[in-house]
Amino acid sequence: MHELLMEPGGKPHFLLGNEAIVRGALEAGVRFVAAYPGTPSSEIIERFTQLAPEAGIYTEYSVNEKVSVEVSCAAAISGVRSLCAMKHVGLNVAADAFMTLAYVGVKAGMVIVVADDPFLHSSQNEQDTRYYAKLAGVPMLEPATPEEAYRMVIEAFEISEKFKTPCLLRTTTRVNHCRGPVSIGSIPARQGFAGSFAKDPFNLVVIPAVGRKLRLTQLERLKALRAESNGSPLNFSTGRGELGIITSGVSYLHVRDAVRSMGLEDRVRILKLGFSYPQPQALIGEFLRSVKKALVVEEIEPFVEEGARLTAQTMGISTLIAGKGEGLVPREFELDPVKVKRAISTFFEIPFQEPAVTAAPQLPQRPPNLCPGCPHRATYYSVKQVFGEEAIYPTDIGCYTLGILPPLKAADFLICMGSGVSTAGGFSTVLDSPVVAFIGDSTFFHAGITGLINAVANNHRFLLVILDNGTTAMTGHQPHPGVELTPQGRIEPKVSIEKLVRGCGVNVVETVNPLQVKKTQKVLQELKANMGKTGVSVLISKSPCPLFENRILKKTKKIVFQSDGSCDDTCGKCMKELGCPAFAVDTSGEKRAVRIDENLCIGCSVCSQICDAIKPKRIS
Amino acid sequence: MGKADISLRIFFTGVGGQGTLLATRLVGEAALEENIPVLMSEIHGMAQRGGVVESSVVLGEASSPTISDGEANIVIAFEPVEAARALPKCNPKTILITGTTPVLPFTVTTGQATYPAPGALYETIALHVARLIRVDADALAAEANAKRSANVVMIGVLAGTGLLPVSQESWKGALARILPSKLVEANLRAFDAGYRFGLQSKGKPLH
Repeated sequence: MHELLMEPGGKPHFLLGNEAIVRGALEAGVRFVAAYPGTPSSEIIERFTQLAPEAGIYTEYSVNEKVSVEVSCAAAISGVRSLCAMKHVGLNVAADAFMTLAYVGVKAGMVIVVADDPFLHSSQNEQDTRYYAKLAGVPMLEPATPEEAYRMVIEAFEISEKFKTPCLLRTTTRVNHCRGPVSIGSIPARQGFAGSFAKDPFNLVVIPAVGRKLRLTQLERLKALRAESNGSPLNFSTGRGELGIITSGVSYLHVRDAVRSMGLEDRVRILKLGFSYPQPQALIGEFLRSVKKALVVEEIEPFVEEGARLTAQTMGISTLIAGKGEGLVPREFELDPVKVKRAISTFFEIPFQEPAVTAAPQLPQRPPNLCPGCPHRATYYSVKQVFGEEAIYPTDIGCYTLGILPPLKAADFLICMGSGVSTAGGFSTVLDSPVVAFIGDSTFFHAGITGLINAVANNHRFLLVILDNGTTAMTGHQPHPGVELTPQGRIEPKVSIEKLVRGCGVNVVETVNPLQVKKTQKVLQELKANMGKTGVSVLISKSPCPLFENRILKKTKKIVFQSDGSCDDTCGKCMKELGCPAFAVDTSGEKRAVRIDENLCIGCSVCSQICDAIKPKRIS
Repeated sequence: MGKADISLRIFFTGVGGQGTLLATRLVGEAALEENIPVLMSEIHGMAQRGGVVESSVVLGEASSPTISDGEANIVIAFEPVEAARALPKCNPKTILITGTTPVLPFTVTTGQATYPAPGALYETIALHVARLIRVDADALAAEANAKRSANVVMIGVLAGTGLLPVSQESWKGALARILPSKLVEANLRAFDAGYRFGLQSKGKPLH
């Protein structure tokens, strides 16, 4: 039995926030789950997929977040409780569906988990997704711990179903990737995922006349939701005193630590908002009246703060409110207890002893890097050999973004999923330099196809390199429509990238194995020579992610590569152009030499194709 | 003082592939066995790709899973340079336990940077913490015939120092619960090896 299907009772379980969300949703009777993986939300769909056959629920890895919201809302409209999970920027992709779904609403509960990433631990921005709740007019819950995430996902389904609207569960990395004790309840008996659909086009097909009607319903619903949040036990106050702190999400935990360690338990009241949109104005007003000054402590944007100021103005309350600002709560990056203590000290004029912090000594950096034997490195090496420094290299989101690092330096522009393809079209129109764009296989399915069609239709001139490693590697090897390697064995891909590219109207399509260096470079030379003549050409650089392949096929290493000692590092090609992390400069002997770490080398053979001194060595 | 009244923050740091997250989870599960309030936090954005992996466990009254600079009571480092990189988390009362096997970053192997001399590194660290405990976790793991369990050796050391109010039974119970059964025996040997080493540095409990 999957561990998240365990029987209730006994000690609390030590669950990851994402696991607590899965368990809570199962107890709430979720029967349909769809998601595209994205850190820090990926474990949600992973766990659901693992337990789906046992639990009798439907799960899918959707092609992107917009699709996940669309398939899930169809289930919810048909009376089947559904859930989507995505990272913050995923909701940008899904925003078109999300905004109008907020008008149409749902029949069975539908929860959209959206995970923000303050400090950009593994993201391209730190947008504050809470504004989407306000923009769309949907309810939002914000847990602080795994236990709360578990309870709130259950509550989110109830709210969603009661008010016939999708409900956001907004987390941050410190909730998704936090582990804590969770006391679980029981999961209802399996029901399958069959639904029923009642035709009702004048409420479900959003032509302008229907939209106008639904807009009014939505505004009525918001009023009712505000009343609900004012009375919700998810919004509560603790402590006593004439100073007030309003907070939400994980910031609540920082506030608790700060208040306790400053010995302010008898002076500070804390209002913790769990049901944070629509904002419980009456509750906030009452709180503001009960304190002399109120500090709003929240991560990223002044979302709660703006609401509190609006409440004060509306209700004629003169309590001084502060939040973001100089010496107060920083707007950038994650908060922690000391940052909160500093803000408390400034605003409430309470002395606070800054901890004496030791600076770390000068240390070698340890940035992430493409793994030894990663086929992306081989692709980048060959492309750079052929196109050099003058080409412009738009790139995309995945492991391969690490191609930005020297010595490869194969990344010139990136904003979002799919931007590699579309921006290449723009660059190639206004620049003389050749443009070579990179995109991974999963990202190509997610957001690259439309850009490619656009490029063909508008006669853009560039080479698109699709880095096909057969999996969504970055987020932990989730499948995509083109996978060939599965735990059940090798399959024909459901969607062939090559056929898809040809179907988009691209006439020049080549497929290479980047681990065959000479062949790959020959094809690249030909593509380069033809770039003036053709519009868009595509090179599919296909070789499986070795971590994934070894795990699936349980392959063991039979060969590694070693330098035979016949070279010193004066040529330096291996270090200066390929830069595999298995190489090391050895300065212990009389002359500097390059050695290959046998434990790190996975035997891809690429280095041996660029240097005669590197030879295979059989290992037992 | 009851177990719920303690307030301890433990910061863990290592390199992708060293098993730091399993070790961190072990501490959290053991605390749960003892009914101590606990939260654990993991940051593993690009860990698989050779980067730094940081995690934390907070126990008792401490409720924020994020450890501010200067606020770690204990630091467990699985690699010496990462121990030094964690110095901003320390204060003069911090106890720092570090593994002594360097894992060279590619910035070093490619000659862009140099790996500091271990002696000087330890001297610097020792200046800023109450106690520095150096553990050759790889050697202890190898002696225990559990070569791949250096991470569990480190947790054994933490257990042996007696800094946490967690009994041997709870440590071992947690270990048996979270590891696949075929790995339990080797990891118990690794834990014991670390535990014996930790006993030599047994200090006053932090609780």
